[in-house]
Amino acid sequence: MIWNETKECMSRDEMNALQGARLVKLVDRVYHNVEYYRKKMQAMGLEPGDIRGLEDLKKLPFTTKDDLRDTYPFGMFAVPNSQIVRIHASSGTTGKATVVGYTRRDIDMWSECVARCITMAGLGREDIIQVAYGYGLFTGGLGAHYGAEKLGATVVPMSTGNTKKLINMMVDFGATGIMCTPSYLMHIAETIEEMGVRDKIRLKASLNGAEPWTERMRDKIEEKLGIHAHDIYGLSEIMGPGVATDCRFHSGLHIHEDYFLPEIVDRETFQPVADGVTGELVISTLVKEGIPLIRYRTKDLTSIDHTPCQCGRTTARIARFTGRSDDMLIIRGVNVFPSQIETALLEMGGTTPHYLMIVDRVNNLDTLEVRVEVEERFFSDEIRELENLTRRIEQVLQQAIGLAVKVKLVEPKALERSMGKSVHVIDNRKLD
Amino acid sequence: MFVKQLSVFMENREGRLEQATEVLKNHQINILSLSMADTTEYGMLRMVVSDPELARETLRENGFSAMLTEVLAVRLEHQVGELHRLTHILCAEGLNIEYMYALECAGTRAMIVKVSDGAAAVEAIRRGGLELYGNQELCG
Repeated sequence: MIWNETKECMSRDEMNALQGARLVKLVDRVYHNVEYYRKKMQAMGLEPGDIRGLEDLKKLPFTTKDDLRDTYPFGMFAVPNSQIVRIHASSGTTGKATVVGYTRRDIDMWSECVARCITMAGLGREDIIQVAYGYGLFTGGLGAHYGAEKLGATVVPMSTGNTKKLINMMVDFGATGIMCTPSYLMHIAETIEEMGVRDKIRLKASLNGAEPWTERMRDKIEEKLGIHAHDIYGLSEIMGPGVATDCRFHSGLHIHEDYFLPEIVDRETFQPVADGVTGELVISTLVKEGIPLIRYRTKDLTSIDHTPCQCGRTTARIARFTGRSDDMLIIRGVNVFPSQIETALLEMGGTTPHYLMIVDRVNNLDTLEVRVEVEERFFSDEIRELENLTRRIEQVLQQAIGLAVKVKLVEPKALERSMGKSVHVIDNRKLD
Repeated sequence: MFVKQLSVFMENREGRLEQATEVLKNHQINILSLSMADTTEYGMLRMVVSDPELARETLRENGFSAMLTEVLAVRLEHQVGELHRLTHILCAEGLNIEYMYALECAGTRAMIVKVSDGAAAVEAIRRGGLELYGNQELCG
């Protein structure tokens, strides 16, 4: 099944024409409504009239997360707040959140995207779908929810947390679909085994995203649950989950090109690279109203394939992500930058204590431990004081990144410095 | 009337205590008494030593987190009820004992105590008829 054949199965010529026309309008819109873009374009000697089609895309400036931070909170919005119906936010690199706003049409467009994705996973209006992403500022929960409703499926807004309850409802309701992070689905699969209810579940397919995973992990999930597991990609700056998903042929993730214009650029030169060559994914949001972005650098590394897919869709497919071009970590679906930890520790007083983040995956759940060297000023001869200190750092860090953190105090200079620079992250997660 | 205690923060890892005692040995520092408090992740080594300042400096130079803390050294005889005298005095005064350990060397017998309010404790202990040692008396 294809949700929107008109858009998902266009010929390449038609798609390029549509994208070109939308790009011209986009540039005109941001130039006249977003001071930041107008200034940036003026500084480059660019006027909206200079962009006449897709071929002029490369003349346009890139946008980065830093640009969003510099214009915090609403500086990049292209419409008055009276038209914004929802705000989401994700982690920024220095403690300040990246804020995105949606108009009613943006929410509709997002829902359309997610509906296309769920259809790609083989689910439809007859299905009962549990959404087990977190609901809140994070785009996962509400994004998946609205898309599944648009599709006409029966949506069960589980959110995260109570796995046994989720499984009991999965059994009682006869849920056939689930949307959550891949590591959480692995955890659910194992809990199902422990509870001995594997033969009572009717799950058919899942859509999993918001964190990196591998083909082997997909195989494991599919085998354990007897389902088809699909990769759903997204990022809040661009929209949220639903920017791209893989169909049943699993040969890359179909990106909704009529809404999101993808480019892959070289990591160093930022020049576009050919199909099949790995580089950074750059996206221009062609129709978004609230916070339209031009050539947004996702920092996600992938390659692109413009050839039509066996499923009948003609939209370009991006390959499974091979990594990131910055130091962002994704822990339990939450974006975490080491600099956030640094900023939070710094705010606790004076100088930056040396720290080391150790990310691991225990029973398929990500864990984050932060080792902090005990400086003289932090030191006490009383265990109780040290334990209080540990709790206090844990609270500060948890507030900073929105994730439970286990803090471990270590001796001064216990943490390794390589070439005079501290190593701040050890990621022990084995995605396989 | 306090005694300087050397407090050393230690991670629970192999050989760490051995390294600390080696540093003290190399600088001819005598340990008069010590106690080791441990949690699952780290330990706290508390010691009364012959030269606390030198001990702290050398340990720091060798990468340890070491500090000096003021504690009380209360002279107690080896007799039934002596410890109770002390705890009773502190309890009656509403003072909390953070930690304590025993010291006995060359005729000195004392209980090393860290109390919530040091000054008030000194006052109460003296009033209760117990004696306090200073660093000189312990190490001399």
